[in-house]
Amino acid sequence: MGKMSVNLCGIELDNPVIPASGTFGYGYEFAEIYDINLLGTFSFKGTTKDPRFGNPTPRIAECTAGMINAVGLQNPGVEKVIAEELPKMRKVFHKKVMANVSGFAVADYAYTCEKLDKCEEVGWLEVNVSCPNVHGGGMSFGTSPEAAAEVVRAVKAVTTKPVIVKLSPNVTDIVAIAKACEEAGADGISLINTMLGMRIDLKTKKPVIANTMGGFSGPAIFPVAVRMVYQVSHAVKIPVVGMGGVSTAEDVLEMMLAGATAVEVGAANLVDPFACKKIIEDLPRVMEKYKINSLSEIIGGC
Amino acid sequence: MKQGIFTIAENIALTDSVMKMTLVGDVSDITASGQFINILLDGLYLRRPISVFDRDESSVTIIYKVVGKGTEKMKQMTVGETLDILTGLGNGYDLSLSGEKPLLLGGGVGVPPLYLLAKKLIAEGKTPTVVLGFNTKSEIFCEEDFQALGITTVVATADGSYGVKGFVTDAMKTLDYDYFYTCGPEPMLRAIYSAAKTEGQFSFEERMGCGSGACMGCSCKTVTGYKRICKDGPVLRKEEILWEK
Repeated sequence: MGKMSVNLCGIELDNPVIPASGTFGYGYEFAEIYDINLLGTFSFKGTTKDPRFGNPTPRIAECTAGMINAVGLQNPGVEKVIAEELPKMRKVFHKKVMANVSGFAVADYAYTCEKLDKCEEVGWLEVNVSCPNVHGGGMSFGTSPEAAAEVVRAVKAVTTKPVIVKLSPNVTDIVAIAKACEEAGADGISLINTMLGMRIDLKTKKPVIANTMGGFSGPAIFPVAVRMVYQVSHAVKIPVVGMGGVSTAEDVLEMMLAGATAVEVGAANLVDPFACKKIIEDLPRVMEKYKINSLSEIIGGC
Repeated sequence: MKQGIFTIAENIALTDSVMKMTLVGDVSDITASGQFINILLDGLYLRRPISVFDRDESSVTIIYKVVGKGTEKMKQMTVGETLDILTGLGNGYDLSLSGEKPLLLGGGVGVPPLYLLAKKLIAEGKTPTVVLGFNTKSEIFCEEDFQALGITTVVATADGSYGVKGFVTDAMKTLDYDYFYTCGPEPMLRAIYSAAKTEGQFSFEERMGCGSGACMGCSCKTVTGYKRICKDGPVLRKEEILWEK
């Protein structure tokens, strides 16, 4: 194993750096500007059972050290993702990819995951439970331990690949939800998804985002993410993928010390499309600076 | 798309609120008129997308309106300072569809991308006519730049303080053209869509996240499916456009 390699749910990654879903498309457009095979892996654009356009624009608002997005899971639906997007991805990315899945009903998650589980290039299923449950009064699956566990059980029943549950930070007790997912059979936990935020335009005196609210991400949320990764990784035995405002190689080390086995990079890709490449190339330097021989040895080491 | 460090060679005021900035650096990825560059500014998280006014072998020139924190910061910058910029963004105008007498219609800060377009059309032997629309005389910029290209340059002001009184669509009625290109505020684009007698291309503006196609922040619906203004646009052909709201 290399100095930067880590093992995520039985699959070895050359390094722990993973572009987060929704910030990297299906990879092939980034492959035009650098060789994306240098990544640990990447999590592709959130996929749903049916095609979605998403929310009206404006979908983006700037914040101090971050941004709010309300894209609304725009994607062509699982059938088209498998038929059109994954073949294009396969031409430029030769590692196992993480398939990110969203749904608005338990059955939707199971349907989409079952399809993607059969794709050879998919290594992990990352199940985003932050979406509203249309059969549960619109409450997000990820805000209730029972609802999150129900999604995990339904997905595990129809899949064979590792299931990583991506948790929302917009909850009172993230540990209870993580533990419920673990008990329901989840193979890993990834966190944090974006935090609910809002901006108001002083000129129009209206919300900046057409959808009023959206997901806040970027360096501003990094301390919250580190705290939640620390809490969850100390409460569960399954691996944790840390994310939330990670922008530098130093941030990667900090996340791993908090307990992350691998680290996703989101908003940073949108500001600098070369962000993940730069982080990976900078990791050996910061490892040496902080006298770290092997990244896998520092996981949860704080 | 390329990332580069650019040095400011000029940053001057054209009107009370419109500035012209020339940046020296690697411009090799700017391949079409109607493309934009995306500028990173100290202390601001997201880049600022600004359309290309002109380019030569070693520099790119932009014209921007000071409307918020980012452009205010740009206005304060001086010659010799550097900026981290992504270049070669957006599809740009397709010249291959142009007729012999294309009409170029710009409104306010929608005017700048038409300049490089006009130069390219002239280089291909076309005879463009340009219509520049502004609210009032004091807001006019770039008229001399277009005149210096030797093309018919018509200015329209909404208050009639200079040139044709009215909107670009009023000036458009009297002109002879076989294709058109436009960039400007959405109400102007809608008016041109209704008034135009030929096919043409429209450059759109939308609040962007990344500017390079990754975040889907600036998506719109078109006849040919969902498109990202930043990557699949900002230029759409008339027959692709679906107006919403």
